Formats: sequence, C-alpha cells, structure tokens
Amino acid sequence: MTCTDFAVDVRGLTVSAGATTLVDDVTFRIAPGEKVGLIGESGSGKSVTSLAVMGLLPDTLTTSGSVTVAGSDDNLLGRSDARVAKLRGSAMSMVFQEPMTALNPLMRVGRQVAEIMTIHRTASTSEASRRAVELLTDVGLPNPAESAQAYPHQLSGGQRQRVMLAMALANDPALLVCDEPTTALDVTVQKQVLDLVLRSVTQRGTGLLFITHDLAVVASVCERVLVMNRGVVVEEGPIETVFTRPQHPYTRGLLAASDLTATDADGRLFTIATAAGYDPSRLRAPETSVHEQPVASVVAPAPTPDPTPASAERAASPSPIVSVRGLTKTYVRSRSGLFGRAARVDALRGLDFEIHEGERFGIVGESGSGKSTLLRILSGLDQPTSGEVDVVGTSLRGAKEKDLGELRRSLQIVFQDPMGSLDPRMSVGDIVAEPLLNPANLRSGLAASPAERRRLVAEMLDHVGLPTTSVERFPHEFSGGQRQRISIARALVCRPRVLVADEPVSALDVSVRAQVLNLLADLVDEYGLTLVFVSHDLGVVRHLCDRVAVMRDGRIVETGPTERLYESPTHDYTRQLVLATPTLQHTLEHA
Amino acid sequence: MARRLLSSLGQFLATLLVATALIFVMLRVMPGDPAVVALGINATPEALAQWRAEYGTDQSLAVQYLQWMGGLVRGDFGMSYVTSQDLSPLIADRVQVTLILVGLSMVVALLVAVPLGVLAAVRHRHPSGVALAGISQVGVAVPNFLVGVLLVAVFAVHLGWFPSGGWVAPADDPVQFLRRLVLPVIALGSVQAAIITRYVRSAVLEIMREDFLRTARAKGLTKGAALVRHGLRNAGVPVVTIVGVQLAAMLIGSVVIERVFVIPGLGSLLVDSVGNRDLLAVQAIVAVLVLLVIVINLLVDLAYTVLDPRLRKAA
Repeated sequence: MTCTDFAVDVRGLTVSAGATTLVDDVTFRIAPGEKVGLIGESGSGKSVTSLAVMGLLPDTLTTSGSVTVAGSDDNLLGRSDARVAKLRGSAMSMVFQEPMTALNPLMRVGRQVAEIMTIHRTASTSEASRRAVELLTDVGLPNPAESAQAYPHQLSGGQRQRVMLAMALANDPALLVCDEPTTALDVTVQKQVLDLVLRSVTQRGTGLLFITHDLAVVASVCERVLVMNRGVVVEEGPIETVFTRPQHPYTRGLLAASDLTATDADGRLFTIATAAGYDPSRLRAPETSVHEQPVASVVAPAPTPDPTPASAERAASPSPIVSVRGLTKTYVRSRSGLFGRAARVDALRGLDFEIHEGERFGIVGESGSGKSTLLRILSGLDQPTSGEVDVVGTSLRGAKEKDLGELRRSLQIVFQDPMGSLDPRMSVGDIVAEPLLNPANLRSGLAASPAERRRLVAEMLDHVGLPTTSVERFPHEFSGGQRQRISIARALVCRPRVLVADEPVSALDVSVRAQVLNLLADLVDEYGLTLVFVSHDLGVVRHLCDRVAVMRDGRIVETGPTERLYESPTHDYTRQLVLATPTLQHTLEHA
Repeated sequence: MARRLLSSLGQFLATLLVATALIFVMLRVMPGDPAVVALGINATPEALAQWRAEYGTDQSLAVQYLQWMGGLVRGDFGMSYVTSQDLSPLIADRVQVTLILVGLSMVVALLVAVPLGVLAAVRHRHPSGVALAGISQVGVAVPNFLVGVLLVAVFAVHLGWFPSGGWVAPADDPVQFLRRLVLPVIALGSVQAAIITRYVRSAVLEIMREDFLRTARAKGLTKGAALVRHGLRNAGVPVVTIVGVQLAAMLIGSVVIERVFVIPGLGSLLVDSVGNRDLLAVQAIVAVLVLLVIVINLLVDLAYTVLDPRLRKAA
C-alpha cells in the first residue's frame, strides 16, 4: 500500500438518478485513523454517498466528481466494476445495516470470512481458514473455531455484525465504511459492537466513515462529523463544535429534535420548525442535572406533564383500567412432520401489574423480552396461557371474539410499521372510518349514519394535522410520519379510553419522531386517554411516560415512576440498559 | 437432519397408503362388473362365478385391497382381467420408456432454461433480456402436443430428417433410439424450458436484490462473480420446487405426447387400458404414477435440505 496522507478523498461527488440529484457536490477527506461521522435523515443521501465511495451504486445512477482511496492514485468513479472490485475488501471495506440479511445464508460464516482473503489472494485457502478463526476470536465471537462452522441463522444479530466486522477488517483496509451498523441491534448489544468497532479501527489506524441517523451514537464513536440534508453537506466540523455550537439551522433542528430531554415553553418537544428556541449548549452545560450519580443518562428531568383532567380523575378512581395477575404465555411451536418434537417457548412467565385510568404507562425491553406478546394479549389479539387479564372491565381470559366488541371500542392500537399496518388498497377515509363499523360502536349510536361517520373522520384527520382532502387518498401517497398520523386517527376515531402504542416512532426520522410524540402527548391529554406505550427506546419512554415497567425474558424486572427508575434503578438489568443507551449529553461531557 | 429425513420418509409412506386406498376405492365404486366386461354380456352365471373366483373379485373389498397391497409390496401387480397377461413386466417395461422420455426432456429443459433464465435476469433492463422474457412468456402458452404436431409436420413429414414416431429400445439400436427421441424430447422439453426459464429469471432477479450479494461485492467480487458464487445456489431453492412440480406434471402429461409420437410408454398403456376397461391395469398404472410423483416430492424435499442449511434444523 502506498503511503498517502488520507484514507479516502472525496471531491465534488455528485450522484443523480435521471434529473433528480441525490448527492450534490460532496467533498470530504478522511485521514488514516480518523473517525468521521456522516449524519442525516432518510433520503439525505448519506447511504448513497457511502455506496458511491465503495463503488456499489446501481448502474442506473450517474456519478461525477472524484473518489480516491489510499493505495490507488486515480479516481474510482467511472472505473470498471472489475477494477474497483480489486479495491473493495482490500483497501476499503464496509459493514452494512442489516445483520440478518447481509450474510449469505447458505455458507458457513468462517468460509465467508476466509473468502475475502482468498478473493484478494492475501492468504492461501488453508491459511485463510486459520486466519478467519483468529479474526473471529478478535471480534469476540464465543467459541470461534466452532462459530466458524456455523451458518448465519445460528448466530444472533450482534454476533452476525461481529462476523461482518471480522470480514471487513480481514485485509487491513485503509478505510472502513459502516452504514448504520447498530441500528438493528438492541441497546446493550449496540454498545458492545460500537466499542468493538472503535477498538478495532483505533488499533489498526483505519480511517472510519460512520453513517448513522443517531446523533448520540455518532458522538460516542467519531471525532468529526458531516451533516447531510437533501444531498448536501450543510455543516461539518469536530463533534463538540457542531453539536454544541451548530451554525446551520438544520443541524440545530436535528439536535433539538433528538434531544428528548429538552422541551419548549409549552412542554412540547422541539421540532426542526421550532428549533430556533433550542439552546444546544445545554448539552455541555449540566447545571440542572444530577451528574454526581453514577448513571450514564443523567440529564435534566423531563418536565412532567401538567395535571390534566385525566390524571385528576385517576386519583378519584381507585380501580385499575388494566389489571394483570399471574399472566403467562407459552407458545408451542408446531411440530415438523410426523416425528418432529414440539418446542415450547415461554414468552411471558408470570406478570402482575395494574394501570390506572389516565396513566401513561411505558413498557421497555429488548427484543425477545415478551413486550410484543404482552401487547397482543392486552389488545385481545392473543390469549393468555394462564392468569387473569382485565382490560376496561372485560375479562380477556378465554374470551371469544364476539365478546371483545366492547374491548375494541375502548382500546385501540397504533402499530410500529406505519406502512405495513395500513391496507394499501383502502382509502384513508375508509381506513379511519373502519373502527366505527365495529358493531359495538354502531349499537352505541356513535356513528350510525354514513354522514356522521364522514364528519367524525374529517374531524379526526384535522385533529392529527392532516388535510381533509386526505380522505380520498391512499396510504402510499403519504410519508412515514403522515402514515403514523393516519394510524393515530384510526385508533382515536371511536374515542377509546385506552391507547396502546407499539414502538410507534421507531421507524421514523428524529424530526418526524418529535412531531408524532408531541401529537400523541397532546391527544392523550385532550381525550383523557390511558396510554400504554411500548418501546425499546428508553429516551422516548422517559419523555412520554409517568410510570415504566422494564421487561426481560418474559418477566417484569422493575416497575416504578419514570424519574426514579432512570435516576436510581434498583435492578441490575435496568442499570445496564440505562448505561448502554447512548445520550448526547453524556457522550459530550466525557469527550 | 436425521429426524427430518425420518419425517420425510414417514410422510412418504403415509401418502402412499392413503393414495393406494383412494385409487382402489374409486375404481371399485365405478359401475360395471369386471367379470361381465371380461366375458361379455352373454356369459352364463356359472362362467361369471368361475371367473370371479379365479380373479378373486368375489372376495370382500377389504380382502381384495389387502391382496392387492400384498402384491404391490412384492412388486406384483396381478394379472390383467382382459388379456390375462401378467401386469408387472409390462408396466416395468413401459415405465422405463416414460422415465427416459420425461427425464431426458427435463435435462434438456434445464440445460436451456438455467443459462437463459440467468441471462434474462442479469440483462433485465437490456433489450436482449426483455426479449428472452417475452419469448419464454409465449412458450409457456403453447401446449406441448401442438409443438409435437408441428415438429412432426416440419421435420418428419416435410424435411424427413427424423422419424415421425415409434420406439426402438437402446439396446437394440442406439442410433435409432436417439433419432426417434429427438422430436418428442424437443416437444416436451421446449415448453418446460420456457416455464422454467421464467422461474429461474424471477429467482435470480430476487436474489440480485439481496443484501448479501452487495456484501459479496463489497468483499471484492465483481457483480458476475458475486452472482455465481453467492447467488445461484440461493436461487436454486425456488427452482428446485418448480422442477419437482413440472416433473410430476410431465409424467402425467406424457399421456398426450406419447400418443402424438406413438411411443409405448406408461401413458399409452393407460389410455389403452381405459379403452379396454382393464380395471386392474388402470389401477396398477395410476398407482405407479402416484408413486413416482410422491418419490419426486420426497427428492425435492431432500434437495431443499441439501441446498439450505436453515431447513436442516428440526424446526
């Protein structure tokens, strides 16, 4: 490898699809060993930029400008696939977002790691397999020799991402590109993988281009950051400067919307539009927080929502609106063929809790903790194996679908995937009106006539901030945030008493996330709803909920008022979760 | 792995049992007494009774079924009611012919369809890829007997390059054997090639969108090399499915093409036996066809486990 003073040098990179410019005149340079973050929301062009650097753009896109990588003197853009291929995996390599799909499912992972060495002839076949095991040891895979023989489906998401990293580092590249490498992982796993990436590139002096939408993650990994918006780098500089004294309004907006601990005068989260009132220097000025405590996420306490009629009512009504006693759920995975043995999965192992009217109840946990199963049972979409579940006066144990009309009237759900949970062939008007057709609603005379239903739908759409013309349109014509507004309108149109939200903002960009969270908070207050909010994101739950339950392996390990739980967690696992969640404040303080 | 194998075998045996019982019952509930069919409507009651005793049709259905099954297990299909011929050697002979025809046609179809399908997928934006997709679409719509008749008209009748039909055993005259196979194999194989090309194309297109192909390219493989090394085996899974389905359909459909080319296969024998009201022969042939189809399904099932490690778990 020739000795150059950069790992990668990008000048005037422009990528367009026909007449649309996806990336416009992007210029940056990464020195050997330098760690540079590239942040932006979906559609900002950050992934396109990274793929252009790697020479992996689809042929349908046209590029101009230049990309030079250490070890090669000329511009990679416009070179043939065969010539760029020689540099991919040797001079530069990449770790992708989706660990579930990024590895070949039919090939043992050891071979996949070895392959990158045999392709570039940096090792003979037998040497490559030996080196592969070494590399898997380096990235901390348990039983590396055995793991090398495993197929990807036998490894967890975090382990697969370690394999990807082992592969990417095999030929000691000058540049490592990571595209949202931890977005699909649980927080505790995310922390381990981020530490590993950081350690590996530091050891080897590899230049790092780290792409993410998560500002806290970029702050914990990188020294310098580029902020992209609509294909243009709007601001760049050292993390500390950009994050505490942002020059560009978009950067300020992104920071404001990411900061779930900061609220404006009305107690609402900042959005890009209201970011002018946000003071980013608060990220460095910890005067209000409790820094002496040994907890990572020490920040200004989120303002507790003003006492609303609903919470006043709560005090007056001692009987809980949701009551769960000894709830268990065991799935029996179906037998395979005639001789297969049925496998038992204990999804919930004895839950006891109550939710009172008007409460905002958060449920946090990592994947596999049972939180989705719990939600399905509370919503009457699944049956408990044992235990008692009473929701709004309906006992759900053994209830038949025809007995659930009343429950569906008083409890509604907002799902995680704003696209998948809306029928693509139904107009928005029909989607929002559908809950009104529930026989229990029709009987109650809520919206017996079509004209009355239309009026309610129009009113509801207006309430969630969508134009009334949306009625005629279809879900695909809306953005992710707007689709989630449609879901919220659908849930609230029949005036339920309980709103269950399953990760409703995890698929949304930060700026949109703030808007949707504000909307949810407003509507919960206005309608006097009881909110059950499930999320893996501790920050979101902290902002929105007044009581939180932490779930792990089908059990609730800790329940308590939000602030108490975050400030002084009593259970080890809660402490781990809080510590593993990167927050801007914490990272910047320790930078 | 072993459990999955066992389970496949178990399903295979259960299917076979149910299928034979169904065939047996369905042919019995059809009106008409085989004794009358064999001896004619003028036969005396004594003669009929004697015939029934000889062929065992005076026994109860359950006993007849068990006797038939007992024979099947030993490879004995019994004696034809009409010709009094022993059915087993006859069927064995005819099965070979059909298997040769269908097997060769499938091999030819795959040799054509796999490269064309991959090409059509890789060049799906290119005019040549679009043209390939279009041609295969037309090919799917053409019935194979029509192709057969056209081939005979052009290459046998008009040009006289190949015989129009018939069968010569390979042991008797290998050259004649092959010459006579050319037209029927093309007739049967070309339509299959069109169908399978479409499946290969869509399987490869699907695979080309997969993240792990991008990973393979990020490791330093070119597009083509990534597709060959990481894509094709993955694309194989859906293709194996369709090959299994098509093989079964070809076995059953060989009835038609065997008629067109006057080939003495299982299909021809079935048509003749139905014409002769030869109950036992029909029953035996249908049982053999069913057996072949479920053997194909078993092989497809095993092929999955070989191709895809995710299916090897007992799950």
